[in-house]
Amino acid sequence: MIHDTEWLLDRWETMFLIRRTEETIAGMIEAGEVTCPCHLCIGQEAIAAGVCAALEPEDTIWGGHRSHGHYLAKGGSLEAMLAEILGKITGCSRGRGGSMHLLDPTRGILGTAPIVAATVPLAVGAGMAYRMRREPHVAVAFFGDGALEEGSVHESMNLAALYRLPVIFICENNLYSSHMHWSERRVADNLYRAGEFHSVPGERVDGNDVVAVFEAVRAARGREGPSFLECRTFRWRGHVGPSFDLDVGVQRKGELQEWLVKDPIRLIETQLIERGVKNLPERQAGIERALAAACAH
Amino acid sequence: MRTLNYAQAIREAHAQLLAADPRVFVIGQGLWSPWYAGGSLEDLDKDFGRARIVDSPVSENATTGLAVGAALSGMRPIVFHPRMDFMLLAMDPIVNQAANWSYLFGIGVPLVIRAVINRGGQQGAQHSQAVHAMFMHVPGLKVVMPATPYDAKGLLIAAVEDPDPVLYIDDRWLYAASAPVPKEMYRVPIGKAALRRAGSDVTLVGISWMASEAVTAAGRLAADGIDAEVVDLRSLKPWDQETVLASARKTGRVVVADSGWRTAGASAEIAATVSAEAFHELRAPVERVTLPDAPAPASQSEEQGYYPGFEEICAAARRAMGRPQSREAAA
Repeated sequence: MIHDTEWLLDRWETMFLIRRTEETIAGMIEAGEVTCPCHLCIGQEAIAAGVCAALEPEDTIWGGHRSHGHYLAKGGSLEAMLAEILGKITGCSRGRGGSMHLLDPTRGILGTAPIVAATVPLAVGAGMAYRMRREPHVAVAFFGDGALEEGSVHESMNLAALYRLPVIFICENNLYSSHMHWSERRVADNLYRAGEFHSVPGERVDGNDVVAVFEAVRAARGREGPSFLECRTFRWRGHVGPSFDLDVGVQRKGELQEWLVKDPIRLIETQLIERGVKNLPERQAGIERALAAACAH
Repeated sequence: MRTLNYAQAIREAHAQLLAADPRVFVIGQGLWSPWYAGGSLEDLDKDFGRARIVDSPVSENATTGLAVGAALSGMRPIVFHPRMDFMLLAMDPIVNQAANWSYLFGIGVPLVIRAVINRGGQQGAQHSQAVHAMFMHVPGLKVVMPATPYDAKGLLIAAVEDPDPVLYIDDRWLYAASAPVPKEMYRVPIGKAALRRAGSDVTLVGISWMASEAVTAAGRLAADGIDAEVVDLRSLKPWDQETVLASARKTGRVVVADSGWRTAGASAEIAATVSAEAFHELRAPVERVTLPDAPAPASQSEEQGYYPGFEEICAAARRAMGRPQSREAAA
């Protein structure tokens, strides 16, 4: 479907905010101001923005170690997230969690945890609660491609299918689990079929296309029972920290060049400019001001 | 007062909790099986429906994680593991998630994990384990181990109403024990031990099945002129240091009896605390009665040597008294 320009601008704004926040955090790590481990989602912003745009406020999201983008896209407070990363009591987890433990129940951000796949069954439990109480909400589990190697994800998909639970499994396939390319971990590039055996319908979408992600999640949300989406994307930075290739070695360099061209934010900016939007610089400046204010908070 | 056995007491607690609170549901294995976990879940599916009494696939990790997620979403789940050995597949949702969430995020996880110690009968090394000490180790978890029908009911109700995750461990060897149990809903406070017998010579601290063995041991010791005090710990975490230490200071001799292994077991923690806190009042080293540090055997003859009971408790008490032989044996 065709989305109006304001809608596209909102998606762009979310993605731009995530990008600039992550870049700011990268700078703070390099400057020694942030010292807790941070897993940046630069390059993957369209998934968080597309998924959360298709959700209602009371729907919940459950994330992992790389969840700054999920938190911001679902409406989490930028100030509280930065404070959390800095270990302050004003952080969203009162400074007890750090970058990998983000929470804001008032926004439906029910929690992120870095044990790979750990929150996937928790999201299924949220779906169970909604079904038992006959509430119209859905629970979204965000996880990476590495999580498909954990047994609990398969157990979770079976339970969600068996009990017809409103759960959307979002696999952010950035091709790498830490430093390991998918081909070092699997024989076939077929993650979108992971739910098939458990009767969870699956689909592969371009994770760098915010509109495609949004449409797929909206369709999943309208369906009874669980769905599985493999969103193809690429992580620009290393597994953890600000560097582009430190922990992955030089093998990623060529691949990264290909993916930089598919920048999800550039993609939507191009569409906006084609539609005659002229005030992107002003909007960018507004986001930069908000970010600077949050950093000074 | 009418009497119930231990399994019936557990069943009644479930029924009353399910009737009182629509947020309560049970998920786990064996909930629709004709054996109903030794009768402890008898007909709950018929009385409350299979939407709330959910017999699950053999997915210990995901069902436990599901229960954590449901607890975080306003429900009061009881996740059931009919054998503790299998619950080890759910270590992540229990240890990393349920136990940590309250500290990390300041929100409670009102979850009960019910695990059964189901041993003996030649079931062997992976159907017999009592690994409660592993969970006692974890900050953020509460662990209760009732030894009587009264406590089996009252502790389950307290556990479900608690804002934090509680591991409720019952022992199949206790299921047939009968005792008066009130009909109404009542709570046994988590973290409070029960004094089962007052005595002046030696304190027997028993956990779960070994608490009932300690009561038997106290009777035998009385015939020998040894006046034993019996403390049924009931809660392993937090455990009632006040009651145990008061008794230790009074008698000066302590035997800790546990159905788990020795090394880094629950008995080690209690012995260390008593030794440190009541050092000057102790008249003998703290004795421990535990399983040997070995996997559970399968053969009947080896099982007889593997599981300690009241006789080993009596022997430990006599050692503490400096009277290694009973009068009978000495005669």
